Formats: sequence, C-alpha cells, structure tokens
Amino acid sequence: MGTRRAFFAAAACVLAAGFAAPAAAQGTIKIGEVNSYKRFPAFLEPYKKGWELGLEEVNAAGGVLGRKLELVSRDDGGNQGDAVRLAEELLSREGVSFLTGTFASNIGLAVSDFAKQKKVLFIAAEPLTDKIVWDNGNRYTFRLRPSTYMQTAMLIPDAAKLKKKRWAIVYPNYEYGQSATAAFKKLLTAQQPNVEFVTEQAPPLGKIDAGAVVQAIADSKPDAIFSSLFGPDLANFVRQGNLRGLFKDRPVFNLLAGEPEYLDPLKQETPNGWYVTGYPWYGIATPEHKKFLDAYKNRHNDYPRLGSVVGYTLVKTVAAAIRKAGSLDTEKLIAAMKGLEVDSPFGKMTYRALDHQSTMGAYVGQIGLRDGKGVMTSFRYEPGEKHLPPDAEVRKMRPAD
Amino acid sequence: MTSIVVQFLNGLAGASTLFLIAVGLSLIFGVTRIVNFAHGSLYMLGIYIAYSAVGAFGAAGALGFWGAILAAAFAVGLFGALVEVLILRRIYQAPELFQLLATFALVLMVKDFVLWAWGPEDLLGPRAPGLDGAVTILGQRFPEYDLFMIAVGPVVLGLLWLLLNRTRWGTLVRAATQDREMVGALGVNQKWLFTGVFALGACLAGLGGALQVPREPAQLFLDLTAIADAFVIVVVGGMGSIPGAFLAALIIGEVKAFCIGLGNVTLLGVEVSFSKLTLVIEFIVMAIVLVVRPWGLLGRPQAAQRAAPTHIEPPLRAAPRGLAAGAAVLALVLAALPLTGAAYTVVLMTDILIFALFAASLHFIMGPAGMVSFGHAAYFGLGAYGAGLLLLRAGAPMEVALAAGPLAAALGAAVFGWFCVRLAGVYFAMLTLAFAQIGWSVVFQWDSFTGGSNGLVGVWPAAWLASKSAFYLFALVLCGAGLAALRRILFSPFGYALRAGRDSPLRCDAIGIDIKRLQWAAFTLVGAFAGIAGALYAFSKGSVSPDVMAIPRSVDALVMVLLGGVQTLAGPAVGAAALTWLQDTIARNTEYWQSLLGATILVIVLAFPQGIVGSLSRLGGRTEAE
Repeated sequence: MGTRRAFFAAAACVLAAGFAAPAAAQGTIKIGEVNSYKRFPAFLEPYKKGWELGLEEVNAAGGVLGRKLELVSRDDGGNQGDAVRLAEELLSREGVSFLTGTFASNIGLAVSDFAKQKKVLFIAAEPLTDKIVWDNGNRYTFRLRPSTYMQTAMLIPDAAKLKKKRWAIVYPNYEYGQSATAAFKKLLTAQQPNVEFVTEQAPPLGKIDAGAVVQAIADSKPDAIFSSLFGPDLANFVRQGNLRGLFKDRPVFNLLAGEPEYLDPLKQETPNGWYVTGYPWYGIATPEHKKFLDAYKNRHNDYPRLGSVVGYTLVKTVAAAIRKAGSLDTEKLIAAMKGLEVDSPFGKMTYRALDHQSTMGAYVGQIGLRDGKGVMTSFRYEPGEKHLPPDAEVRKMRPAD
Repeated sequence: MTSIVVQFLNGLAGASTLFLIAVGLSLIFGVTRIVNFAHGSLYMLGIYIAYSAVGAFGAAGALGFWGAILAAAFAVGLFGALVEVLILRRIYQAPELFQLLATFALVLMVKDFVLWAWGPEDLLGPRAPGLDGAVTILGQRFPEYDLFMIAVGPVVLGLLWLLLNRTRWGTLVRAATQDREMVGALGVNQKWLFTGVFALGACLAGLGGALQVPREPAQLFLDLTAIADAFVIVVVGGMGSIPGAFLAALIIGEVKAFCIGLGNVTLLGVEVSFSKLTLVIEFIVMAIVLVVRPWGLLGRPQAAQRAAPTHIEPPLRAAPRGLAAGAAVLALVLAALPLTGAAYTVVLMTDILIFALFAASLHFIMGPAGMVSFGHAAYFGLGAYGAGLLLLRAGAPMEVALAAGPLAAALGAAVFGWFCVRLAGVYFAMLTLAFAQIGWSVVFQWDSFTGGSNGLVGVWPAAWLASKSAFYLFALVLCGAGLAALRRILFSPFGYALRAGRDSPLRCDAIGIDIKRLQWAAFTLVGAFAGIAGALYAFSKGSVSPDVMAIPRSVDALVMVLLGGVQTLAGPAVGAAALTWLQDTIARNTEYWQSLLGATILVIVLAFPQGIVGSLSRLGGRTEAE
C-alpha cells in the first residue's frame, strides 16, 4: 500500500515538475497585485510606473519592518476567472501577505469576494464601483480611488449653480456609466427639483456611433449635457459634437475627462469650458505633489497620469498599513487599515473605518485648449470626505461584517 | 422629419464604414475559404499606420494626407500578402477551419506589436484637409467627411465590380469562388490567385481603417470590434457576395442609427431603451436574417467542395486495450495530484479539467457531427449563471444549484439549436454566435437579476468542497465522467448516425435517418455538458461575470479543439491543457505574453497541421504500418 502511494506521489511529482514553484526570496515582504495590464494599458502602464517608483522609495528608506517590500504582479488579461486563479496563485505559491490591484469593477468585486472567502486583506486600487465598499462591501476589502458616486457628487455643485432645466445624459452602457447616471440624477434632483432629463443615450462601451448619438442629443434640445464617456468613446463624441455644433452654448459635464489618460488624446479637438473631474499634474503647486512630480519625471522621463498617482499611493498605503500593524497578520492589518492615514501626492488621506473607502479626492474644474493640448484651465481639489453620503445612509447600504 | 433625414445620412456613413471593414473578408472567404480572424487586426493596422503616415506627410497638405491614407492601405495589403505566402499557404491542406488557428495567433501578435510600436494611448488623428468642416443640411450641421464616407462605399463597390467583372483576374477570382478545384484543373496557378485575393482583402481592410483616421481614434480594441462587425456583415449579406455585403452594411448601419435616434420610447406603458439595444442589434438582425434566409440576403448555398484526400476523416476506432489502461493510469495519477501539496497546480488543473470538458463538448458537434459552433460559450455561461442564480436568488444548496447549471444550458441549447440546425457550415456557426451574443447581452444588462456587467459574487461551493483539493477531486470525477460519457456516446448508434450525417447527408436521408433531429439532439446534449463545465467553473471561482459567455470564451474553445486536433477524440483535452498551461506560464513570466503565446500557437500550427494529437497519432500510425 505504502509503495503504491509513493509511486503515485512520485508520478504526480513528475507531472508537477512542469509547474515547479520558484523558491521564495527570503527576507522580503511580498504583496500580491493582480491587474488587467494588457486590457487597459492606457491607464495601467502609468499605474505600474507609479507603483515602481513608490516601491523604490519605500525600499530606499529601509523598507518596512526592517525588510524590503516586493510587489508580485500578475496580468489577468481582463478575465475575471483568470484574476481569481492568479490571486490564488499569489497566495498559495508566491506566499504573498495580501492582495492589491484590479481595474474593472467586475474583477474588483470578484477578487474582493475571493479575499473574503480566503480571509485575506485586499486593497482595491482602481475599481470605481460603489458596490465594492457599499452593497457588496466586506471587512477584508478597502478601496483607494474616489468612487463613481464621489466623483459625480463633486460635479453637482457646479451643475446645480447653472440652473439648467433640460439635461441630456450619455453614458457607456455598463455599471460605471449606469451608476454615474443614477447618482447624477438623484443628486441634481435633490438640489433642483424641477430638473428634467430629456434623453438618455447608452452606447456600448468602446463602440459609440458618435454621429447618431450627437444628433439624437441635439434633437432633444437640452440646455446642458452630463456625460460619463471616456477613452475612445469620448474622443469620438467630442469630434462629432464639435463638428455638429452640439456643444455650442451648452454646458457639458464629463466625469473623468480631465484625467490625462483621456484628455491628452483629444489634442486640438479639446472642447472649451467643459466641467470635469481629473488630474492637472501641470498645475498642482502643493509641496507633496511637487515632490512626487519631480521624482516621477526623474525616474521615468515622462509625466505622470492619474494612474501613476494611484499606483504610487497604493504602495504608500501598503507600507503605512504594515508599519502601523507591525505585523503581516490579516486581523492586525485590517485593524491598521481602519482609519489609516496615508500621505499621497494629493495630500493626507484616510481609509474610513466606516466603509473602508479612502478619502482621496479629485481635481474638479474646466478644460480648455492651451498650446495645442487639452488642459484643465481652472481647477480646485475636492477632498473625498466632502462627497460621501451621510454615515447612516452608508450603514444602511453596507452589509454587517 | 429633419432628424429622420439626418439620422438616415448618419446611417449611410456608418454603412460605408461597415462595408469597407467587411468586403475584404467576404472576398477572402469566397476564394480561399479561410475564416480570417485577423481581419480586424488588419483593419487596426490600417488606422495605426495611417495615423503615423498622416503625421509624417500630412504637412504636405491634401496630397500628403490622401497619399498617406493610400500608402497605409497598400502597406497592409503587402503585409497580407506576406502572411499568405509565409503562413497560410503551408496549411491549406489541413482540416477545415484549421487556418483559423493561425489567424487567431496573428491577432495576438498584431495586438502586442501595435501596443509596442504605438504605445497604449488612444491616437486621434487630424481632420481631413478640405473636409474638416460641416455643411448645413435642413438646418442641421453635418460633417463634410461623413458625406465623403457616404460616397466612398458605393465607389469601392463599383470599382470592385469592375475589377471582378471586367478583368481576366476578376473572372478567375469569380470562378475560384464557385469551384476552385475546377479552376486549378484548368491550369490556373492557384497559389498566386490566393495570394492576390488575400492581399486585396487585406488592402481593403487597411483602407477601411485608414479612412477612419479623421473620424475616430486609433485604439487597441478596434481589432475585436471590427472583426465582429465584419463577420456579421459578411454573413448577413451572404458569404462571398460583395453586393450582399453592401446591402447588409446598409441595413445594419441604418438600423443602428435609428435605434439611437429613437432613444427611450414608451411602448404599452413599458419604457424601452432603443439606445441600449445597440449593444446587440447587429446580432439580432443577423439572427433574424439567418432564420429567414439560411444563406444570407444575397448568398447562394455553398458549393460542395471536393474533399482533398486529407479531408476525409479516418473512421473512429474503439480504443485499444492499452489506451484504456493508459487512461486509467492517468486518472489515478491525476487523483494523486493533491498529495504532492502543490496547491497552485491543483487550482490550475481544476481549470484545465473544466476547459477539457468544455472543449470536448464543442468537439463532439464540431468533429463527429460536423457542426462548427462559434457561440459555444453561451452554454458554458448558461451553466455558470444557472447554478449561480439558483444558489444566490433561490437559496438552493450548492449540490442542487450545480445540477441546475446543465439543465439551464441544455434548455438554452434546445431553443437555440432548433433554429441553428437548419443551417450549415459558416452560417450555422454564425447563427450560434448570434444567439450567444444575444444571451450575453441579456445577462450583461439585466442588473436586477444577473447582476449586469458586474455579474454575481458569492458563488462558493458547500463546506465539504471548500478546500481546493476537494474541489479538484470533485471536478476530476465530474469532468472525467463527462469526457467518458461523451466518448461512449460517440460509439453508440446515435454517435454513428451523427457521423453518417456529417459524411453523407444524402445517403442518411435515403435510409431514413432524420439528420436534423439527430443534430438538434446532439446540440442539446453538448449544451448540457458545457453547462456542467460552466457550473463547475462558477463554483471554482466564487463569482460569475458576463465574460463567461462572451466571444473570447467561445474562441478559446475553438482554439483548444483545433490545437489538439479536430479529428481525434483526445485532442480537445490535450488542446485545453496546452492552451491553459501555455497562457498561464507565458503570462506570468513575460510582459509581451500575447505575442509570445501567438508565436507559440503559430509554431504548433506549422509543426502539427493536424493538431497536436492528430499529428502525433498520424506519425504513430505510419510507423505502425511500416
């Protein structure tokens, strides 16, 4: 019996040789990172450069708990099942202490639920979905970026000030666009009860038929437009809208359009005076941002995008959490993450104990053309904590731990 | 009224774009019978090259701009010719559809090349000189360039008509479309004809891309968007029919524009968003057209190809005793895997087992039954969602939910299959794709029930399967049993009848076998097996998202079957293992993993033109005979 078992074990070993595990480097603290690098390279290449810089800084300063920090990164190809498998690989083979990363909302939610099942910490860097901290929130998951709701809320004061009655809405047809639209309608109606939403266009993500969409919006004769388009859809929409005169005398609010990832490609086509959320790296004068900007330019010979800030801040969060916890134990890390203060290029931010959302904010302002490039011509920083619903409302949405 | 006219013009501009994307694909398929997955990549190359060329020569005014556009189209044509000569020409003798694998490898490689060469940022080109403004039509501003696009479609159609009907080369192409063996028998050099047609098709795709420079940004997803559109147009129009492609582009362009124009409409008290319908409208149109006209609008029944000697499949033989013993040993070795303590290997092997069953279920209809499905992920997805929904929404225990997966999938397959089996060849494949996309769009948009684009989370197995090793063994038992059952069925009278139906429909009819009914039953049956795989997949990941029934999942299954060898029974399992393992290893160790994966597949394609198992067993068979 014993020999037979040994035989099978040996056979299995031979089979497994192809999958042999690399020896873990002793002494470093390994953190897992899963993201869709090939699926969303426009955002994630700068993001990677950001976390590389952050990592070098942390390690140059002696690492954490006397050990070097290492981020073991994996590309899930934009596939949620693969993301879960790679998260598993990071935990079981690489022996990472916890998980970070993800971009798309569906993958963020899947990894978050996996972390809950495995009882490990997960810091979601990019996903914007409100659900990851609210409806589907769990005690193991924390989120870095300001959510769809928060960024939409940041645009509301300017939108309400204009007192426009007829609004047209255009959004990419998936959760992010739907949430942005729902939040915008709810928040604006609360401020301005007589507002009317005259048309809603929901083109498929990445496949907008911009000419027809622009025409349909023009036909509804709106006074103002709210859009949550980004990437190629935004560029298509802007060019057709400019050509067809849709934006003439109509204020436009566009979530995310001030982020260099999406603003820079517009170049000459950049519309004037749109209200956006974004990241004007060329104009932020705070010392903490200046330090980040110089370091980033030195290291990568390129300017940072918003993704760079997110990647950089992710590493700072990781380091701060481990330092505060003084250990790699999951429970201690969770306790440390609750209320954790982190120095980001945008200033101090806190991970709220209430719903595990960070208070990182965004820059809000208007865009315009300068030297043939699109820039945010006027902007102000909106801290995240100012744009979250009341605590009682959050408690109602979030399941008990 | 005004807006109807303008939306009609918008539709025409969209139609021209679609026609240019599709016409090259139709031409290539008509002559070479290659299902060219890389056609979208050629289109994408066109727009990127044109962007750079316009940047380089655009300063020279209109001449520089239009010269750059044409140069880009020409460059893509040249690339197409190279691909044909260096790769495709070597594998024309392979089993049907095998060329699809090579073009799939190209898709991966071109994508990484574009990322490497042009970077990740979207690139919006300048407006076209001389056509950079708008004209006023009925008080509405309409871009001049879109008017130009409206004219381009018919002009290209006219030029192609002249080329095909008024030149000797065109006559040969038309002859080859109808009967390429006869053209060969009459002494026409097919090699150069094929190269020429492929280059022309590629050039048209490149032109379609290049002409988009003033309209939309160059970006890394254009290949997938374009290829889906191109297939739909070509099939709706009728494969190989160029006027058909034009008509189809016109219909789909207009239907899209009017869906957007209608926006939200209240019908019988229910608010319907026609705007959201654009997510899937072209597939709905395709499904309707194919159900009514099985060969597309202007297509003709595919001429029967005289099979080349390699196309005749050897009959299936029952496994020799040695093989059965080998399978038993393999099963035991796999069962012992968790003992090694390699936790991740167990997880990866779970995926491989699930995909092996999924691929085998596709192979069952694709190989022995001769029905190639491009939409097999629908049943994988229905299995996953069926199980997940019953668990989460009805609170059923995991064991019950797991059983619901294959039931839901079989039900879906029975409904869709009833329509599909009326069709044959690529039309069958595209109708399965249309239904898969319609199913996908439903789960993608039904937020309150399926979780919409976020999908379902919290689909975890019962406590006794919570450990990865336990789940792996469970998957091993289910997938092993599934594979064995599929194999057993092929050697039953039902399986023999299916193969008879594939090889000689006429004789089957004569001896009273109702092929359509058999095929329908087979389609439903494999739906159930794909559903088991899907349900297992859901529980192994803990979540389900619409990806599970999207096009890439269907393509993966096709690639697995072809990689392993469509004429063998062990092929799909080997193909599933090879692809999953390769992707995992390469993606974890290299940055440009897509191109490396593509290159690896290409090497396999050229080295094993019958698939891995097919080529190996052929080699083995030959030595035995000698």
